[in-house]
Amino acid sequence: MSQTITPAAIRKTLEVRATPAKAFQVFTAGIDRWWPKTHTIGKAPLKQAVIEPRAGGRWYGVDVEGGEDDWGEVLAWEPPGRLLLAWRINGEWACDPSVHTEVEVIFTDLGAGRCRVDFEHRDLANLGKGAETAAASMDNGWGSILDLYKTAAES
Amino acid sequence: MANANQTKNAFAALADPTRREVFERLAQGPRSVGELASDLPVSRPAVSQHLKVLKDAGLVTDRPEGARRVYQIDPQGLGQIRAWLDRFWDSALEAFKAEAEKDDDDEEDEA
Repeated sequence: MSQTITPAAIRKTLEVRATPAKAFQVFTAGIDRWWPKTHTIGKAPLKQAVIEPRAGGRWYGVDVEGGEDDWGEVLAWEPPGRLLLAWRINGEWACDPSVHTEVEVIFTDLGAGRCRVDFEHRDLANLGKGAETAAASMDNGWGSILDLYKTAAES
Repeated sequence: MANANQTKNAFAALADPTRREVFERLAQGPRSVGELASDLPVSRPAVSQHLKVLKDAGLVTDRPEGARRVYQIDPQGLGQIRAWLDRFWDSALEAFKAEAEKDDDDEEDEA
């Protein structure tokens, strides 16, 4: 379908004191070490975040009762330089196949054990379709998640 | 400035299936009330009402075009949803950075 209005992609650039290989590894294999767990998917709290290490792999959360919730899939797996994920998460952190947005992460070597991480979350116009259930989770989860992030990141 | 309430309004406005359809039609290009009504199984007054909710939520804007009003998606409206994600990623990437910069047990930093 044609979109005449496209919200700008979310873009972030950060410098990380780590090699691209390590940054890629922490972003993917280590996602569980930094992804938030305080919000709930459906009934049970999130226990684990997983990115399967291959193109076509799944990207999902495991709740404390063992249930798995898909968030999308791995579109491109190119360690240590590039990761492309389909983000099909609606406002309640449930997979909605009608939502197609993309998250791309590029890791560029800056030498001396540092790298630049260029992050982009794009095709956000497509979120309009999956947005209907988001209001509730905004109330319940986001404020506290962001507070926890800050605490963790600044410690 | 988007705040939590405005964002909530935007989400709530899109909760109604007909309203979402109106919104999706407008995502394809600007339309008048008449064009939307002829395209959807709802009356013209109903379309007007849906447009009012979408407009109040900041999701669509309108402008006069000759004798009629033409509605279109307000990029700022989706921008509220975008702002919500933007804050999320800011925090998530901060946490990622902190984690990536932690010393590994078995990996020495370059001397």
